[in-house]
Amino acid sequence: MGMKFVVLVVIVLAVIAIAQIMRVYELSSKIRGSREEDIDLRVNNINASLMMVFLIIFFGSFLWMWSTYGNGMLPEPASEVGVEIHWLFNVNWVIVIAIFFLTNGLLFVFAWKYSYHPDRKAHWFPHDNKLEMIWTVVPAAVLAVIIILGLMTWNQATGPASDDAVVVELYAKQFDWTVRYSGDDNKLGYADYKLVGSAEDKNSGDSYANPLGLVTDNSVRWRVLGLNNEISALDANIRKEANDSVAYSQANLNKMIAKVEKLERIRERVLDMTGMFGDSINSFAEDDFLTRELCMIVDQEYFFVLRSRDVLHSAYFPHFRAQMNCVPGQRTSLKIKPIFTTAEMRKKVDNPDFNYVLMCNKICGVSHSNMKMAVTVVETQEEFDSWKNGPLATNAINDSIVAPANIDTERMEWPEAAHHDEHGDDHHDDDENHEGEDHDDSHGH
Amino acid sequence: MSAAAHTDHGHHHKESFITKYIFSQDHKMIGKQFLITAIFMAVVAVILSVLFRIQLAWPGESNSVLSFFLGDTWAPEGILDRGMYLGLVTIHGTIMVFFVLTGGLSGTFSNLLIPLQCGARDMASGMLNMISYWLFLLSSILMLYSLFLETGPASAGWTVYPPLSVYEEAIPGSGAGMTMWLLSMTIFVASSLLGSLNYIVTVLNLRTKGMKMTRLPLTIWAFFVTAVLGVLSFPVLVSAVVLMLMDRTLGTSFYVNDTIIAGEVLEQSGGSPVLFEHLFWFLGHPEVYIVLLPALGLTSEIVSTNARKPIFGYRAMIGSILAIGFLSFIVWGHHMFISGMNPFLGGVFVFTTLLIAIPSAIKVFNYITTLWRGNIKYTPAMLFSIGLVSSFITGGVTGIILADSALDIAVHDTYFVVAHFHVVMGLSAIFGMFAGVYHWFPKMYGKMMNAKLGMVHFWLTLVSAYGVFFPMHFVGIGGAPRRYYDYSVYEGFDSNQFDMIMDLNVVISIFAIIGALAQAIFLFNFFYSTFKGQKAVQNPWKGNSLEWTTPVEHMHGNWPGEIPEVHRWPYDYSKPGAAEDYIPQTVPLAEGEEEH
Ligand code: HEM
Ligand SMILES: [Cu+2]
Ligand SMILES: [Cu+2]
Repeated sequence: MGMKFVVLVVIVLAVIAIAQIMRVYELSSKIRGSREEDIDLRVNNINASLMMVFLIIFFGSFLWMWSTYGNGMLPEPASEVGVEIHWLFNVNWVIVIAIFFLTNGLLFVFAWKYSYHPDRKAHWFPHDNKLEMIWTVVPAAVLAVIIILGLMTWNQATGPASDDAVVVELYAKQFDWTVRYSGDDNKLGYADYKLVGSAEDKNSGDSYANPLGLVTDNSVRWRVLGLNNEISALDANIRKEANDSVAYSQANLNKMIAKVEKLERIRERVLDMTGMFGDSINSFAEDDFLTRELCMIVDQEYFFVLRSRDVLHSAYFPHFRAQMNCVPGQRTSLKIKPIFTTAEMRKKVDNPDFNYVLMCNKICGVSHSNMKMAVTVVETQEEFDSWKNGPLATNAINDSIVAPANIDTERMEWPEAAHHDEHGDDHHDDDENHEGEDHDDSHGH
Repeated sequence: MSAAAHTDHGHHHKESFITKYIFSQDHKMIGKQFLITAIFMAVVAVILSVLFRIQLAWPGESNSVLSFFLGDTWAPEGILDRGMYLGLVTIHGTIMVFFVLTGGLSGTFSNLLIPLQCGARDMASGMLNMISYWLFLLSSILMLYSLFLETGPASAGWTVYPPLSVYEEAIPGSGAGMTMWLLSMTIFVASSLLGSLNYIVTVLNLRTKGMKMTRLPLTIWAFFVTAVLGVLSFPVLVSAVVLMLMDRTLGTSFYVNDTIIAGEVLEQSGGSPVLFEHLFWFLGHPEVYIVLLPALGLTSEIVSTNARKPIFGYRAMIGSILAIGFLSFIVWGHHMFISGMNPFLGGVFVFTTLLIAIPSAIKVFNYITTLWRGNIKYTPAMLFSIGLVSSFITGGVTGIILADSALDIAVHDTYFVVAHFHVVMGLSAIFGMFAGVYHWFPKMYGKMMNAKLGMVHFWLTLVSAYGVFFPMHFVGIGGAPRRYYDYSVYEGFDSNQFDMIMDLNVVISIFAIIGALAQAIFLFNFFYSTFKGQKAVQNPWKGNSLEWTTPVEHMHGNWPGEIPEVHRWPYDYSKPGAAEDYIPQTVPLAEGEEEH
């Protein structure tokens, strides 16, 4: 506080001092009879010269920065589309810089050259149709070129992936990424957000885990059982609170009842899922595997399916010049064909510690800037396989979907038996339309 | 057209302090109220930007400036809190775009100049005009107040994309802070709509005799089109805001779909965040022209007056303003190339967006040709106008890159974007606003601002502004995402990159601090001159437009007698055959003189 006070006092004193100096200045200019709007010739010329000085420094510093930081700043693009984008960027950059130099140059040179002189009169030149035609048509022609080139690259970047592209899912959540490889069948198993559960989630109240919400026989059962656990735990609490005259709070009670009702609705929707996938329910997911690191094989095309669990994220691969938003409740996609292995890139940038990286590039919360994942590009299928058999990859079904605690999975009864109806099953939305639901049928492209 | 303008209102009654300075319905006073409020908001927004620039240049280092402003809550031990970093960025952006450059710029100059340059005694409705200001003040106060909330201000960025902005559990600022943001913006929009409707009606109905649309100063054309843009686009923002409020409070799902927040599976299903992006940018893009056009209008006038030459291509300038206004409604998708929108639609937006470059280029060339063989007087206003043309060029050309969807894949949401929009929108509009203040200060306060201080202010501002935003392009091309608390992400991956980003960030922040301090010169000059400045003469810049025919002392109704009649356009500077180098609009055409 004392510190703030001192700062304020200093500022106030400084302002008063400057005001006094100004007063003196004003008085002296009053004596000389000069007026603020009459800029005297000398001052006017100084400003005009500064225009030229500024222009030189401006262009000079641009050229310096361009040569120092310009395109060299990110290493050369490491993907096939990245190369196209980089080329297009350079073309546009040259056009744009030419316009920049030309127009800024004219502006400041005229500003310097035509500064006020009492003996001169400005040239009367209100319009000239021919000139105006020129600077309508020429930019239009340049833009046409830019548009055509741009759309060609755009179509290439967003067009369909080739048939042998490897399908991989990137799953975003606050604040990390999970990769799911589609395995031998190159098809991603179904997933549904209602099945997501992970032991560390603070509200799940059980240890059911299914980080990506994959749809399998077991995950559906376990999710229902997990929900049952949660519901009975809540019910117990409700009974306790209702009978407890000391801690009794109607608001709290209502909240818990609402929660139970909500969990019941979710359980109902989960139960309906079993029928929707039929016998194929496990088949696509069986060979999927999850990792917390992305590994790609050079010169192999990858087709990424992007999902988000919570808020918008964006998968941003600066070195591949690739980027796409991850939208909750929607599937977006991105394709990348790396052209340099990590080892090659390390040589190129002369940095033995270099690694590719995936970052999040859509503001997604407090730790947005920490949301990253390592990416490696290897040379051969063998290298990839040994990476896959290493400690990083886990089978999507066997290793990552975990049954909730407190149930005997051996003698598991199908949940209907444990159906819970204390709070009135009569408010299920029986007419819920499941066709419209998002149950992941985009296995592939 | 001019019947209303010609009836003498006979406003000669004595006013009390309250009706004159506080609940004033006089457009000149309301303009000044907008200006003072906007200056205050701008100071706050600049301070916020300096605070987060300190973090970006010296991440994680203890800094007493941070403790001074943010205290232990948000900068424990002088280190900026991560959440507050995003809060500062969000409120900085919101204040700059809406409160300084929309409310402040249009509010000040449309109010001051529309009646004066059209030849009207006041706005069509003084009452609505007054309400417009008070709503603006209220929304400003709410926005500032949100900085002091326990959970922090809105922190999802000024674009407030859902679901981040919907759930408090996703980021603390989306609790009370976001509610306050939504409330403030709704009131802001109400203010802006009342203002805009008033401007439109006044321009259309209250022009004086002889003031054809084709004799209007370009300022008025710019304000007019700006107001039309505002009336057509701001209501869409309000709808977007209302739907968001419903998602937040009633559990509807316009923007949210299959979301899990903080481990809780939510039932809201069927909406889409992309819908919000469409609605937001349907306002958001016209908004950048709402910010920019008034600045272009002001400087057209200033450049012509101080080059002592007619503005080149008056009709082309009007045509460009109209074309920009129209096109600005069909380009919003360029903010969404990688949102998951259909790539074909992206292609269409590439086309429409690049079309806008044509009228923009016309404007630039017309400005430059106006300077050619002029006789340029460097008043501070003229200096800032040249600054505007330069930043409009520099920022405009990078727009060509961003409009190209294929390139946007690489630079979207990086500092390249931040550099682009600051130069083309931020700098241009701020320069235009400074130019306007220096030029019309005598009209507002009857005093002159100190010209030499103005020049020092200009050169320091120009150099530091480019010093801040020029290197930012390279930081962006180098792959630095925006809205990042720090760039430690690169440390373990690409250390070359990290070093370069950090080097440039230090340079940028130093310029930012110099630039911010330089604004003290302006503030001092402004407030000193309002009280002690040299007394102004009626027409200090020897201008042609009507405002320079009113008396220096403000009066209700603007002209003591009849409203003058207009006989020519406002750009007869250095016309051959005329004795003086300017001919005010009120001077009838001489025998055999052509209009222009
Ligand atoms: C003192 C001069 C200024 C400095 C140093 C400055 C700096 C910055 C920086 C570093 C960011 C953060 C970018 C990010 O992380 O995304 C930012 C955001 C922003 N600034 Fe400024 N800025 C200044 C003036 C302005 C002006 C005049 C405007 C008016 C248009 C403006 C509008 C914005 C907007 C709209 C954002 C985006 C906020 C967001 O990401 O939600 N700024 N500014
Ligand atoms: Cu993220
Ligand atoms: Cu836009």
